[in-house]
Amino acid sequence: MVRLITHNLLACHVKGCTSNNFPLEFKDAKLELREAEYNPEFIRGFLPKIEWKALVDTARQLGDTSLPLEQPEMLDDEFLKNLHHVLLEIHVEEGSMICPNCKHDYPISNGIPNMLLAEHEIG
Amino acid sequence: MSRPELQAPPEIYYGDIEAKKYTGNTRNQQIQADMTYRALELLNLPENEPAFLLDIGCGSGLSGEILDEEGYIWAGMDIAPSMLEVALEREVEGDLFLQDIGQGFGFRPGSFDGAISISVLQWLLNAETSHPTSSPPHRLHRFFTTLHSALRNPSRAVFQFYPSSDDQIQLITSIAQKAGFGGGIVVDYPNSKKARKVFLCLFVGGGGGQQQMPKGLEGEVEEDSKVRFERRRERERLKTKVGKRKNVKDKDWILRKKELYRKRGKEGVPRDSKFTGRKRKAVF
Repeated sequence: MVRLITHNLLACHVKGCTSNNFPLEFKDAKLELREAEYNPEFIRGFLPKIEWKALVDTARQLGDTSLPLEQPEMLDDEFLKNLHHVLLEIHVEEGSMICPNCKHDYPISNGIPNMLLAEHEIG
Repeated sequence: MSRPELQAPPEIYYGDIEAKKYTGNTRNQQIQADMTYRALELLNLPENEPAFLLDIGCGSGLSGEILDEEGYIWAGMDIAPSMLEVALEREVEGDLFLQDIGQGFGFRPGSFDGAISISVLQWLLNAETSHPTSSPPHRLHRFFTTLHSALRNPSRAVFQFYPSSDDQIQLITSIAQKAGFGGGIVVDYPNSKKARKVFLCLFVGGGGGQQQMPKGLEGEVEEDSKVRFERRRERERLKTKVGKRKNVKDKDWILRKKELYRKRGKEGVPRDSKFTGRKRKAVF
């Protein structure tokens, strides 16, 4: 149930890992597509929060190329629908997320990522 | 029975059995739902704007279900795997994380439009190991600072929790203030033993009096769910206690009849007094 909407907000929180800790990289990701209710208002409101490059890169890595490399200025319906699909309908069920900086491995099992840290990693 | 947070850490207390019990209990569901609605009210989100919320200590998704119903998109985190498993079974919409909130979290700044948390904070007040990162002040500090940065400016976070003393409230609010939050405690029904609920209502930004502290609910709670006191039961209890068979047309019977007539609207029913149903003296 890791959707790209939350993945796009998630950075590594290990002690001392403060730069280059975003976005977490998916490894051995097993995907599942689940339909979600289309809500253009929400997508529009959420746009300013998105790190565009990270989102597109991750989406491409997971095999979805419906998004343009540059964030378009015009928001037409088709674009919003694609964005909705990428943000809310792609679920990563199994695999792991790896911090690009400290290489900490957050395993995902059953759709739930394990974000627990060992004692020496707590900030 | 002592408080659950004193018995074991949450991930152990809410094991498979307790998680199922907690979620299946309709009374818990009702209370949880009421508190979630109240927390949403206190969040005071702008209307007609679908928000992205964080449910801290989402458990089995009892409050998440309500967020779904209300049309919010949300992400939840909890430390008890068994609770999250139940949440998966219940097919809630939000993203779930296995996370210890006392370790802090790594969401990018300004990620969420608000946060709610129902019956969670008290779990942070116990130290599980002697490691310095395990002390309650350290965990609270880590939690509040990372939460503060994960919230949008301006926004709110509402926590319902069960403090066991004023010191705990003091500790929590002072650490939250140090982390940059404004706001404070809202107490609903302060004079009721059962319905009393403590909410910690924190503000991000919005200084200069833009954000006003909400008022706690007061007055009487409606008690529909409880069985009301009935005089009839009391009388029946007394009757069986005596054991002796009573007169057929005794005072109780007369009172009952009179009440019945009054209810039916019959006119001229004599009023009740201390003489009602009393025997006359033999010499009249």
